[in-house]
Amino acid sequence: MTKTHVTSTVNGDAVEFLCEPGDTLLDVLRNDLQMTGTKEGCGSGDCGACSVMLNDRLVCACLVLGVEAEGADIGTIEGIGSNDRLHVLQEKFLEHAALQCGICTPGLIVAAKALLDENPDPTEEETRYWLAGNLCRCTGYDKIIRAVMDAAETMRESA
Amino acid sequence: MSEARDFKYIGQRTIRPDGADKVTGRANYAADFALPGMIWGKILRSPHAHAKVLSIDTSKAEARPGVYAVATHADFPGGEGGSIEAGESAVNLRDLSRNILADDKVLYAGHAVAAVAAVSERVAEEALELIEVSYEVLPHVMEIDDAMQADAPVLHEDMFTKGLEEEPDKPSNVATRTELKMGDIEAGFAEADVIVEREFKVSRAHQGYIEPHACTVRFDENGQSLIWCSTQGHFDVRALNSQLLGIELSRLKVIPAEIGGGFGGKTTVYLEPIALMLSRKSGKPVKMVMDRDEVFMATGPTSAANVKAKVGAKKDGTITAMQGWMAYDAGAFAGSPMMPGVMTMFTPYDCPNVLVEGYDVVLNRSKTAAYRAPGAPQSEFAAEMVVNEVAEQLGMDPIELRLQNAAKEGTQTIYGPKLKRVGLVECLEAAKNSPHYQAALAAGQGRGIAAGFWFNIGGSSSVTVNMHSDGTGSIIEGSPDIGGSRASMQMMVAEVLGIPLDRLKPIVADTDTLPYNGTTGGSRTTFATGMALIEAAEKVVEEVKARAAALWNVTAEQVEYADGVVRNLAGEESISLAEVCKSAAQTGGEISGSANINARGAGPSFAVHLCDVEVDQETGKVDVTRYTAIQDAGKAIHPGYVEGQYQGGAVQGIGWALNEEYVYNEQGQMDNAGFLDYRVPLASDLPMIETVVVEVPNAFHPYGVRGVGESGIIPPLAAVGWAVGNAIDRKVEELPCSPPRVLSMIQSG
Repeated sequence: MTKTHVTSTVNGDAVEFLCEPGDTLLDVLRNDLQMTGTKEGCGSGDCGACSVMLNDRLVCACLVLGVEAEGADIGTIEGIGSNDRLHVLQEKFLEHAALQCGICTPGLIVAAKALLDENPDPTEEETRYWLAGNLCRCTGYDKIIRAVMDAAETMRESA
Repeated sequence: MSEARDFKYIGQRTIRPDGADKVTGRANYAADFALPGMIWGKILRSPHAHAKVLSIDTSKAEARPGVYAVATHADFPGGEGGSIEAGESAVNLRDLSRNILADDKVLYAGHAVAAVAAVSERVAEEALELIEVSYEVLPHVMEIDDAMQADAPVLHEDMFTKGLEEEPDKPSNVATRTELKMGDIEAGFAEADVIVEREFKVSRAHQGYIEPHACTVRFDENGQSLIWCSTQGHFDVRALNSQLLGIELSRLKVIPAEIGGGFGGKTTVYLEPIALMLSRKSGKPVKMVMDRDEVFMATGPTSAANVKAKVGAKKDGTITAMQGWMAYDAGAFAGSPMMPGVMTMFTPYDCPNVLVEGYDVVLNRSKTAAYRAPGAPQSEFAAEMVVNEVAEQLGMDPIELRLQNAAKEGTQTIYGPKLKRVGLVECLEAAKNSPHYQAALAAGQGRGIAAGFWFNIGGSSSVTVNMHSDGTGSIIEGSPDIGGSRASMQMMVAEVLGIPLDRLKPIVADTDTLPYNGTTGGSRTTFATGMALIEAAEKVVEEVKARAAALWNVTAEQVEYADGVVRNLAGEESISLAEVCKSAAQTGGEISGSANINARGAGPSFAVHLCDVEVDQETGKVDVTRYTAIQDAGKAIHPGYVEGQYQGGAVQGIGWALNEEYVYNEQGQMDNAGFLDYRVPLASDLPMIETVVVEVPNAFHPYGVRGVGESGIIPPLAAVGWAVGNAIDRKVEELPCSPPRVLSMIQSG
């Protein structure tokens, strides 16, 4: 099958890859670009583990085709903080014990950052509805919601 | 153990040592792993719920360019007999081998029939379509009641019911009948002023871990074969693969990846033996990752169950008799968690007259697997609903009724031992005094309360603490960390050694590095592996003291160790742990401490939950408006992760009570094999989950720890179920309380 050449930007870096028509952006990120921080939980857009930013829009990478990334600006978990300089959201997830197994965490942090970029002062209800597309089976969400709202407060104070 | 002890690290909310990797996406889960030259395996699954496999023709698939290997059941010579202990129970190897790849029959829609390894996932999927399987479709049986009928289609011609008084002369779908009793049940009911009896139905529920099963393997004929996988127990993965493929334990190494949830569901094997076989046949490393629908269709959920409960009590609230009957859906092969269902059903009560009967039933659904307190939620749901109704009929507060009859130290259990010190009374008191219970309900709301009991286990844990020349240490343990346990391990070792947390690095090691270590299950890890690490760290302290004593030419009794420093009681000298480690080679060799234990004395954990709901009268949709989870931790090593276990268990139970169920069509195929239709709770479905951590120490653990992972999923079924009934003035007898079911209850008048 003929592969398509795609040029895009991932976390600010110019990238090029070849992909088949049926390859999803998630396949490309994980298998071709070796960026495995974005997780696959369902492949059908139901769990949010593969949440990424596509031209500043929060999307499930499993519902986007690789070829659609042509010319696009993509943001993944690898672009948020680093082990020695964590983003406030990442710090708050750790302080609040807001992860257990951690498989949903990258997607939740990408989604939560998208929320706070749009709404720096969300209510609990707004936070719960924004994150309703990100399944977590371990925590019951309590500590996740607290971590996101605490991060929002900290970010507002330092803004 | 000493009570009222001052801890430096235990009880703190520390930052987990694996945390930064997990919030930045750097942590490596099973599907993140790749090897050079790796190919991809995929599985062909049966569309039929019950059929004879007449023939499998793989020739066209094998001939397709890009295909390197095809495997069927015929490739597996091993696994034809016996059973081994793995996970939390004995595994029948013949059944396991026939579940991994069907032999002469497929027993459920989704049953694996053949597997292909090819250059890419897509080519492997295309090759699956080239495999020709000839089936003779048989009548299927999907429901427990139907499967137990004498004229039901029989799944296994060689299955004769065990545990009957008379030896059966024909095969049946009932694998086992069991009965436990104590006292005189008839006399107990004769004493009662009030008797409530009801029959309940609970749907099967999937563990719903967000990470699908995945592995990468490399078979090596001459050296050592390797498996990287997502599992709760890599030593048991090694044991099962060793048996199924006929490989010696020392020639198989299993390296645990980070695990993306398990809840009991990752205590067995599905992909690994197939991947190893494909790797053996192709000579290449093989990677396999399940799709989500495969996870739902073909990996173990827990059992659906039909449960009857009958409880009698005197007017003064004394419970005089408790009787239970249950039939559990095992799926296609025997081995539902019926037995723990029987054992736990009435354990929260100190009642002299108890009789419980259980049936393990096979039917044409996927084989069940362990799920958080396996078997307990279904039977205890029935018991707790009926106890609530007894309280209602007596006009008593349901917490008072439970307090009056609560199991406590010395209570005789139906399964043998008397309970040691337990915290049920303390949990009930905490519930009674909670702001939640004191708060009034709004109009139209309902409230439910329920208790839950789970045994918890100990078992084999093998660990080593290696000290390094810079005074830091590696904590080498064999318990896959599924919920933050490395934080607890680090804290317990730091407590013994008296050095800062960041000087100690916990590592979950592969199967070669340590002797056998039991699977992460049964709420055993913080208890048993923690106990082993405390012992190993104490050995390090003893060794460090001995080295310092030798240095000062005094006896070990003349030195004291505290906060990472050895002091000479006979003089002024002191030396730090780091200094002793630095010169260890010169004073007798490097310093480490190991402990390989079989931990005894796991302390049961009781839980009590409170739930308020609101029901939409027009749609039947239930909203949980307030929820409180109260549970005995013995001693909470890391309170944040203890609360997390309570909250996570509660929400899985809420999901099971409200929405989660397997929906099958007439062909016996699962109709809701995805997260859109198998609806686990979302953030927007829930309120905050309030928690109360009760601490009644377990005398058998140095710090008083009880396992906390499982009990929390038990009470929600009845707490939610009773609350819904309370809100709509009906008696709930079937879970989940999904909108159509609740609406029909409302409309039934």
